[in-house]
Amino acid sequence: MFVRDMRNEARQPPAAVDAAPTERGIGHRGAYVYDAPVRLWHWVNAAAILMLALTGYLIGTGTPAMSGQASGDFLFGYIRFAHFSAGYVLSVGFVLRIYSALIGNRHATQIFCVPLWRGCFWRDVLHEIRRYGFLAVEPDRRVGHNPLAQLAMFLMFTQTITFMIVTGFALYGQGAGSDSWQDRLFGWVFSIWPNSQDVHTWHHLGLWVILVFVLVHIYAVIREDIMSRRSISSMISGEREFRD
Amino acid sequence: MGGATETLYSVIRRQGITRRSFHKFCSLTAASLGLGPLAASTIADALETKPRVPVIWLHGLECTCCSESFIRSAHPLIKDTLLSMISLDYDDTIMAAAGEQAEAILEEARAKYKGKYVLAVEGNPPLKQGGMFCIDGGKPFVEKLRSMAEESMAIIAWGTCASWGCVQAAKPNPTGAAPIDQVIKNKPIIKVPGCPPIAEVMSGLVTFITTFGKLPELDRQGRPKMFYSERIHDKCYRRSHFDAGQFVEEWDDECARKGYCLYKMGCKGPTTYNACSALRWNGGVSFPIQSGHGCLSCSEDGFWDKGSFYDRLTTIKQFGIEKNADQIGMAAAGVVGLTVAAHAAVTAVKRLTNKPDRTAPPK
Repeated sequence: MFVRDMRNEARQPPAAVDAAPTERGIGHRGAYVYDAPVRLWHWVNAAAILMLALTGYLIGTGTPAMSGQASGDFLFGYIRFAHFSAGYVLSVGFVLRIYSALIGNRHATQIFCVPLWRGCFWRDVLHEIRRYGFLAVEPDRRVGHNPLAQLAMFLMFTQTITFMIVTGFALYGQGAGSDSWQDRLFGWVFSIWPNSQDVHTWHHLGLWVILVFVLVHIYAVIREDIMSRRSISSMISGEREFRD
Repeated sequence: MGGATETLYSVIRRQGITRRSFHKFCSLTAASLGLGPLAASTIADALETKPRVPVIWLHGLECTCCSESFIRSAHPLIKDTLLSMISLDYDDTIMAAAGEQAEAILEEARAKYKGKYVLAVEGNPPLKQGGMFCIDGGKPFVEKLRSMAEESMAIIAWGTCASWGCVQAAKPNPTGAAPIDQVIKNKPIIKVPGCPPIAEVMSGLVTFITTFGKLPELDRQGRPKMFYSERIHDKCYRRSHFDAGQFVEEWDDECARKGYCLYKMGCKGPTTYNACSALRWNGGVSFPIQSGHGCLSCSEDGFWDKGSFYDRLTTIKQFGIEKNADQIGMAAAGVVGLTVAAHAAVTAVKRLTNKPDRTAPPK
């Protein structure tokens, strides 16, 4: 059934997606945007990314030297364990998020399915760029993501996270051994980059792409909540209300 | 030159080794390879009946460090490998014949052992200008390689040169040096990377092929799993210091004297597949990390082109400046952070200046 929904959605212009009625409306000034699984995923995902970024950076640079016997400490081991655990949480969450995109409401599919082939989408993107460049003033009245945000999430978040999950499991497979499921499933990464040092390098770059995304994402959310006079983030309650 | 029908058994009996000792050797080999009790008789049977594997050893663009390593093998001794186990029919570096005589031997061996010999290639062929950067016996080496590979059973690519390209294929690679698997596509190729490979890895591989008459199991990249299935890091004796978070910070600091992990000094053990930390070098005496220096990753693809030997990340040159991923990432995050701050400031100013014109002021 969801296949038919997605096809219908693909035929509709983006504006129609935003105007589409959702199951739980709160009057004409607001709408129920993000359903519970998406919200739950968002915050679990954010926590996992925070953990992954911190531990990942420490794994990359190394900790200040610990004194004492090697048998008495397992600091780096614990940091790596935290990184791997958070990686599993992120990956399982991402898989469930894809599932919820397939069965959830239209806003849940926005970060996976971007109508790049539509002229009106790009016109809206241009409009958003003009708005962020202070060339247009009308506030954002969209219920879901605006097209520029959708594009940024698709390019910087969805794709980077997919890349990080794949390279992360490939690197994990090196430690787990060549007969581990991680290596069987993701070992093909080393057919692209035979020297895993390159995979490490790309995995590091991925962290910085995510970090840049987080900077812009948090700034844009706070700014939009103020500038477009919307309710404080709809990622908490799920509802987006316009105060004007 | 040994005859094609001569077996290992007949050779060692001729050298005065008793049948009893021969069977002891077979039992020990079976035990050390982790095989069951019946395997000893299988090995004995194979060595008694199967002809010795003829090996032809070619040299392309290389430094002969692989040969230097090979002749220092301690287990098995190189004397035994060369004189008993294999029938090394051609190796221009260590053979007595030279010139036309050597070339004649090569042609003869090619015809005599058609489809049966193992072609061991040390170094690699340059491909630019018709291969004229490496002339061997009056012809480009690449032609010799192609013609010898045609009739071979399998090819052993000795060292990083033959496996990945190594220093002569490093950027900008003026001679177009290419690893063997880019030139020969239709034969099984065993990559034995390392600059040079460990002597015992080389002789161990030859022993395996002679004993079982087949190629060992290879990994995704064509390396024998028995020696290249784990990273230096996985078996490093300093691994406990890595897990404890005990790192050397300077080459001459207290931590270096205590033998802490060299991770922060750019040791590439965690990205290098080789047997150094298990087999070690020079008959098990030491290996780079044990001697206090990080691994250079000499057995990995393109190790000359990955930036400093003391940095665990590949240098990125696409931005016109040589920086690693973290430096570039930090710079990008800084630029974006400043842009966000500036944008917020402009937004605030605009909002303050536009406030009187607002049609719907907040209640």
